[in-house]
Amino acid sequence: MELTIEDTIKWMQLTNDKIQKNKEHLTALDQVIGDSDHGINMARGFQEVMKKLDAATYETVSDVMKDVAMTLMSKVGGAAGPLYGTAFLKLSMSLKDSQKVDESSFAKALEEAVQGIIMRGKANAGEKTMLDVWIPVQDYFSANNVKADELETIAKTAMEQTKELKATKGRASYFKDKSIGHIDPGSASSYYLFTSLAEVIE
Amino acid sequence: MSKVGIVLISHSSKIAEGIYELIRQVIQDVPIELAGGTEDNEIGTSIDKIMKAIQKADQGQGVLLFYDIGSAKMNAEMAIEMTESIQAKLIESPLVEGAYMAAVESGMGKKLQDIYDSVKEEFHCENS
Ligand SMILES: Nc1ncnc2c1ncn2[C@@H]1O[C@H](COP(=O)(O)OP(=O)(O)O)[C@@H](O)[C@H]1O
Ligand SMILES: [Mg+2]
Repeated sequence: MELTIEDTIKWMQLTNDKIQKNKEHLTALDQVIGDSDHGINMARGFQEVMKKLDAATYETVSDVMKDVAMTLMSKVGGAAGPLYGTAFLKLSMSLKDSQKVDESSFAKALEEAVQGIIMRGKANAGEKTMLDVWIPVQDYFSANNVKADELETIAKTAMEQTKELKATKGRASYFKDKSIGHIDPGSASSYYLFTSLAEVIE
Repeated sequence: MSKVGIVLISHSSKIAEGIYELIRQVIQDVPIELAGGTEDNEIGTSIDKIMKAIQKADQGQGVLLFYDIGSAKMNAEMAIEMTESIQAKLIESPLVEGAYMAAVESGMGKKLQDIYDSVKEEFHCENS
């Protein structure tokens, strides 16, 4: 794979489309184990991201990601804001000054993004959070020659597997055993992010 | 004399306002700033609001931050990192009682670290 500035913007565009289209679905997922705002939060955040990206011109992939990070941090509102914001900030820092990103640099950046999410939210694998999608995707990037269809399958399977997990971090943790049986909202939005990436690198 | 400032962070702007009222009834001369709700005053927290509150609450003696649940903590930590020039500390105590106690101690002219230590001790908080 290779990611150019245009690819990165397209990636955000596709993510935004999916999030806007599935806003109700994300909110419904957050309704059973949270406060029903994940769809609203993400839709607001990514809409602002697109406004920002459309109005600017970029010299590097990392600058695009930095704007994505800052916008998500200040516009999303819920836990997802600082977490996605941190993830994109780490991507941006790791890919600093790149105009084009190759697969191994992206894999490395993804690893730092995952570390960033862990550092910020103090959660780990298996706690029914977005990490349960980010970690398998990151593992796939570090170990393989990335293929679009495999990436989409990995992300989707990971998202679906959060159904069986019990939430021990974030707002869903207050629901204890009741959190079992439903897909984690942040994992669903992360799936949209990575399936959009798969479309871009196809 | 300048005093240690206090920032009240809550998902709800009404919660922050309510605590402010409660404290102001007894303590008038301590800077207290509110960061309740999102930018649109919906339920949630905002890094920008927290950063502005830190800046306004600082009289040079530093600022103590109190928060309610979950994501407020992450946003508070990021706001602290982004306002490096100001000495700011986050406390894990119960929001209402912790902030009340800190305001009283700040009013007595105590220093940031001393207030931080005594609030933590009072509420047996873990080290953050
Ligand atoms: N500590 C954490 N670490 C990693 N991810 C988390 C954490 N807390 C929450 N999340 C993710 O954020 C999602 C909820 O986001 P959102 O609804 O926007 O925020 P809030 O929980 O504040 O309402 C969860 O589904 C989960 O994936
Ligand atoms: Mg929520």
